[in-house]
Parts: sequence; structure tokens; C-alpha cells
Amino acid sequence: MLVEEKNAMTEEIEQLIKKFGKKRSSLLSILHEIQTKQRHISEYAQQEIARLLDIHPVEVYSVLSFYTFLNANPKGRNLVRICRTISCDMKGKDNIVRAIERELDVKIDQTTSDNKFTVEYVNCLGLCDEGPAMAINDQVFTKLTPEKAVKLLSKVK
Amino acid sequence: METKTKKRTGPVIFSGYERGTAIKKALSMNREDILLEIRESKLRGRGGAGFPTSTKWMLTAAALSDEKFIICNADEGEPGTFKDRVLLIEYPELVFDGMVIAGYTIGAQQGIVYLRGEYEYILKPLQDYLETMRNDNLLGKDILGKKGFYFDITVFLGSGAYVCGEETALIESLEGHRGEARNRPPYPVNTGFMGKPTIVNNVETLATIPHIIVKGSEWYKKFGTGKSSGSKLFSVSGDCEKPGVYELPWGTKISELLELVDAKNTKVVQVGGASGFCYNKKHFDRALAYEDAATGGSIMIFNASRDMLRVLDNFMEFFVDESCGQCTPCRIGNVKLLEGVKMIQKGEYTFSYINKLKELGKSMQVASKCGLGQSSPNAFISILESFSEEIFASQNGGTNEN
Repeated sequence: MLVEEKNAMTEEIEQLIKKFGKKRSSLLSILHEIQTKQRHISEYAQQEIARLLDIHPVEVYSVLSFYTFLNANPKGRNLVRICRTISCDMKGKDNIVRAIERELDVKIDQTTSDNKFTVEYVNCLGLCDEGPAMAINDQVFTKLTPEKAVKLLSKVK
Repeated sequence: METKTKKRTGPVIFSGYERGTAIKKALSMNREDILLEIRESKLRGRGGAGFPTSTKWMLTAAALSDEKFIICNADEGEPGTFKDRVLLIEYPELVFDGMVIAGYTIGAQQGIVYLRGEYEYILKPLQDYLETMRNDNLLGKDILGKKGFYFDITVFLGSGAYVCGEETALIESLEGHRGEARNRPPYPVNTGFMGKPTIVNNVETLATIPHIIVKGSEWYKKFGTGKSSGSKLFSVSGDCEKPGVYELPWGTKISELLELVDAKNTKVVQVGGASGFCYNKKHFDRALAYEDAATGGSIMIFNASRDMLRVLDNFMEFFVDESCGQCTPCRIGNVKLLEGVKMIQKGEYTFSYINKLKELGKSMQVASKCGLGQSSPNAFISILESFSEEIFASQNGGTNEN
């Protein structure tokens, strides 16, 4: 990480603390904002959050490692999450997954070589009446067919 | 995302409501009278546990504190449940008006909606809606001219953890910790968010409140059964022609629901999601109610072609993934149950071991710290017992694969 990047990160965290307040209960909101912007929460970011909130860095790591949507290691630029819960499973989620895996030449939990996509499973998206469902970043798509799913991915930049 | 179309009909929640009317009426009532009205309605928590709402409210109202909180539990994570999504997208006025009324009744100043991370796309619309409420004096200072009544609502976004639907885990998460359930007692009604008295209510429970205030408990009690008053939203998915959210009075029979959603050739209905129970044909005349087939609203329908072992495998994978790992029965128990399912799939099991696993499941039901581990063995036990012939006969002591 360049010094400039570090400084920018520190400044960003300082602003988030100003926004949410310097208190422990702001931690998840801060982590969420960093995650959204940077797509991961780097070790440096964790240390700075800890320092500025006056808690131990292990506390920050302990919290971020608990939640599925927060991660310490970088993922691809776009996150593709396919619902694996039974209602979507019955509507053919396996075919969707296989089509995406073939098209992007990755397996579940892997990132494409151009770093464009990371493909994962997700537990129930709450779209069981419209399955199979998947999320690309924070947008959700329903009633998928393998063809439709692949087409959606081709539109992502 | 769905557009805001209001064509749903139902006895209570979908019976039509104009924003603000219940708040206006509540503000003209005594706090005690509101509590009594809700007690009379016999409203019970809609998240699944069915705790009497008025008891929760009364305990929080009675707790002495300068600060109290109303939390709306929108961490709808149970597989097969999506009613809260529909309520928050199409009927936010019911949920938020319910929160304001709760705030007035117990003397809270702040409401927090804990929105599951999977519903991030609803965050912005909700925040915009709250802003319109502030503009219309339905939130903020001196609401609707009631001097001294301040109440505001914020939305907090979760980060993908099923266990945070448990109320104390949810509070831990709000406070910036891992979403691990607390020991109870003390209960949130006196030691909740930030150690202050807190009501944690399900989205649907809160959405029912405005109707009870406007139309009265007598009207409300006309629907449902003696022990389960009013109506329930059911999230229906799986093998049927018309999946979706249905509002039906408590006491509706499983068979009636199946007919309504046009389900054909149904083999089994999973009531209550992955942590619920399965009901086979013999039980389709059972009633959906707290005293019979209780549920938070998840109804998953499986037709004759479905392999129940695959269903169970899917459920157990879910629990292994979502167990927070804090207590041993849940952390290790779910892994062992999943291993058992895999053994049956491969035909590498003994009945004596499977029976031991059922016993383990029963231990988990009593020894786990929170509802997750207490209910995760339900599916394992009920599916293996209801479908023992199908599952074990088809395995026939071993499959060709190995």
C-alpha cells in the first residue's frame, strides 16, 4: 500500500467516524461502508479503525470475520451470489451455477482471472417465490434461466 | 425489485390503511389504554416464537429508564420466508406507524430497523420514506402536534448472518459486536440495546398494530382461533402454481392453503422453514396456528418427485454454515447431523448410529443457547421419522455410486 493510499484510507475512516460517531456501535456501519467502497477491509484499514475507535485490532477482525458480507481479502470487482436455499434449488439453481461456471471459467468461491467476477453461493435471499435468484453486487435478479443469468453477467462492466 | 402495487387483499394487514391515521388515534389515547387494547387483541409475536406482544410492551413500559428503544427485526433469514420484504417494499407505512405507536406507548425516543444485508436494495427507499414522514410531522419533534413526543427511526443494515434474527444476537450486532446470542435473562425488555429497555418486534407484528389501534381488538379477534387471534402472512414457495405472500386467518388448514396456491401432487409441506417441521399427507388437515402447526410464515411445498434427503441435506448445510459457533451443541451438533445425512446418501450408515444422531438432535434442542441450535434438529428428526421408508428403502443399504 502506498503512503498516499494509506493516508486516504485514514482520512476516509476519520470521516466515517465523524458521520457515525466515535463509539463501538458504529463499528459495523463503518465496516460496511469500507467494504462497499473497497470491496474488502484491508489489514491497514482494520488497524486504523481500531486505533480511531480506541479498541483492539483483534476486536475489529473478530467482528468482520463473523459476518458473511464482510471480508478481509480482496475479491473480484463484481460479486455474484447465487441463492442455494431449497426453494431456488428446486427451481434449478444447479443449472444456473453450471452455466455461470462454464461461461466465466471459474468454480464457486473463485475469482475470474481478469478479476472481474467472484462467484459465490449465498443463503436464502428471501426471493423464494421468484427463484432461482441471484445477486450481482447489491442488485437482485429473479426467475433466472441459465441463458438469462449469463446475459446479465455480460452486461456487467 | 417489485414496483409499489397495492392490489393485495387480506383480512387484517392487507385490509387497507391510510398513513398516519393510527398514530393520530393513538396520540389521543392514554398509554394504558393502548396497552390494554393490544392485550385484549391477544396479538402474539409474528417472528415465530409467538410471545404475547402486550407483555413485551408492558414490561418495557414499566421499566424505569431515561432511554428506551423500539427495534424492528427485519433480519428475515429463515429459508422460505419473504413476507417482511413485501411489507417493507409495499407497506412501509404500516411498519413505521407501528413503531411510532410503540414508541409513544412505552416512552421510547428512538426506533431502529435492523434490515438484513441481503435486502440492501430496500435501504434507500426506506430512508426516503422516513424522510417524507419527517416532512409530514409523523417523525421528529412534537409528532402531529403532541407536545413533548419525540420519536425518530433509523435503518441499520446487517451483514449477512442468519443468527442475528435472534433478538439478543441482533442487539449485539447493533452494538458493534459479533452476532452471538446473550444469556437470557436478563431480557431485552429491561436490558436491551445499550443496556436500556428495548422492544424487539418482528416487522409483521409492528405492521399489525396500526390496524388494531384503528379498528379495535374486538374486530381483530374476529379473525383466527381462540389461542391464535388475527391473521398471518404466509410466504409460500416450492411446488405450486401461485407462490407468493398470502394473508390468511390463523386456523387455516394446510390443505386449504395448498388449494389456494394451486399445489398439485403434494407430498410434504415444510412449515416454519428449515428450522420448522415437515408435514406429510396424513397431516394436511392440521391447522396453521400457534397451538397446532406453528410457524413464522414459511411454507415450502414439495411434490411427489422431490427427494426428501436432498431437502434435508440442503437444510443441514444451511445450519452448519449459519451456526455462530458460540455454543458447542450447535457448533458440533449440526456438523454431526450433516455428516449423518451424507452417510445415508452414500449408503454408509448404520441404524444404530442414525438413532444416536436423533438422540443428539434432542440434546441440541435442550442444550443449545439460542433458537438456532434448539430448532435446527427439527428438520433432521421430523424428515427422517416421517420419511424413513422412502429414505432408507431407496438407499437399500448402499448405492451404486460407491
